[in-house]
Amino acid sequence: MIKFLTQFGLYFLLLKKVFSKPEKPAIYYRQTMRELVYLGLYSAGIIAIISFFMGAVITLQTAYNTSNPIYPKYLIGLGCRDSIILEFSSTVAALILAGKVGSNIASEIGTMRVTEQIDALEIMGVNSASYLILPKIIATLIFNPILTLIGIIVGIFGGWIAGTLSGVVTSENFIYGIQYAFIPYYIVYSLIKTVFFAFIITSVSAFQGYYVEGGSLEVGRASTKAVVYSSIVILFFNVILTQLLLS
Amino acid sequence: MITVKHVNKSFNGKSVLNDVSVTFETGKTNLIIGRSGSGKTVLLKSIVGLHEIDSGEIWFEDTLFNKLGFSELKKIRSEIGMLFQGSALFDSQTVEQNVRFPLDMFTDMSPAEKNERVNFCLNRVDILNANKLFPAELSGGMKKRVAIARAISLNPKYLFCDEPNSGLDPLTAILIDELIKELTEEYSITTIVNTHDMNSVMEIGEKVVFINDGEVCWEGNKDEILSSDCSTLNDFVFANSMAKKLRKAGK
Repeated sequence: MIKFLTQFGLYFLLLKKVFSKPEKPAIYYRQTMRELVYLGLYSAGIIAIISFFMGAVITLQTAYNTSNPIYPKYLIGLGCRDSIILEFSSTVAALILAGKVGSNIASEIGTMRVTEQIDALEIMGVNSASYLILPKIIATLIFNPILTLIGIIVGIFGGWIAGTLSGVVTSENFIYGIQYAFIPYYIVYSLIKTVFFAFIITSVSAFQGYYVEGGSLEVGRASTKAVVYSSIVILFFNVILTQLLLS
Repeated sequence: MITVKHVNKSFNGKSVLNDVSVTFETGKTNLIIGRSGSGKTVLLKSIVGLHEIDSGEIWFEDTLFNKLGFSELKKIRSEIGMLFQGSALFDSQTVEQNVRFPLDMFTDMSPAEKNERVNFCLNRVDILNANKLFPAELSGGMKKRVAIARAISLNPKYLFCDEPNSGLDPLTAILIDELIKELTEEYSITTIVNTHDMNSVMEIGEKVVFINDGEVCWEGNKDEILSSDCSTLNDFVFANSMAKKLRKAGK
């Protein structure tokens, strides 16, 4: 319990350092642009692929579970749309990003720690926490909502392709379904969750990397911890945010 | 001048520095020597503030360094250059970007002025035509020289070198030693070098501090070290077979 509280305290002390005034805003801007590419743009591919197949599977599963003639066929499109918007594009994508981006952040910062690069920054008088972590947080806060929107569009497209190619639903029914009883707030809900999850992934992973002690073995462990802890915190906040935003 | 007064430092209850008091002189190459695990690196990192000391005082000229707030600390740190044992170059940046980094961060120079300064520093350490290479593409000796170029880019008043020769062949090690000595004299820097390499001691040791088990055992210079009557120091100095033979031969 004491160890948990110590870690909790260290996490908030790190955040305090991260959100202090940047030394040279122009350099932070350049770093943020770099992180937008590395953490954001380079994640678009995996999000698109996973969303496509998730959309396809959701459509097929919905079709086979609603094969009773009492259910109208357009429900397949509606089910695919709502599942993807409400849960898959935000939460499942966040769990995948915790694996890809989280481990990347923890290992990058952890390696910098054990090779004394962070010490070198500190010696120069640079606020290493802010310089290394703030651009990553800003980049993911900006880009992850875009990834979510990509996930929604590609996921629904994947559902349409799978549904029509397998013949479980006609194109007209599916398109009618994705337009039927559409609640725009669901998109807002999904984007709000994404922003929270982006912050969790980046800050928790950076925390794990920043306080690494030892060598490459510890960096590997920190990377694993980053994925595990961010995933747990994401799932915990998913419950809280869902209750707050949809109740 | 850097003055260390009664510094104590421990990790998890284990004492690493024990009442260390020593003065490092301006414009001289000051060496901290001692066996592995004797507390050399901890002392060096305590002096630059990377380790918080348990008690004692560290003075940079008239400033009590270990009691400074973040903004004052930042000011002094902009006058410090440090060469780390593993060079600590930023992996994601090229040689040029590494040397330019402190200039980008702490000066308002124009891009042309920065380029000029970067090229000057790289030329000064004999790194030519490597501006666009990444640290992974450099040899150990080149990495050290680039790290020195980065350390001197802001014209530091203080230069700290943690085991600058570790992992280098004897010839490259001598080149690095000579470079450190030249820079110290050229810019009148207070240089502190942490080493266990006796060649370095004999080459550049204008002031030598011997640390054993976290305590200062002996202070002097390279000429006095061979005639010291400190037995622990003699065990360290004459540890290799060549030195033993020379001693026996009375040289």
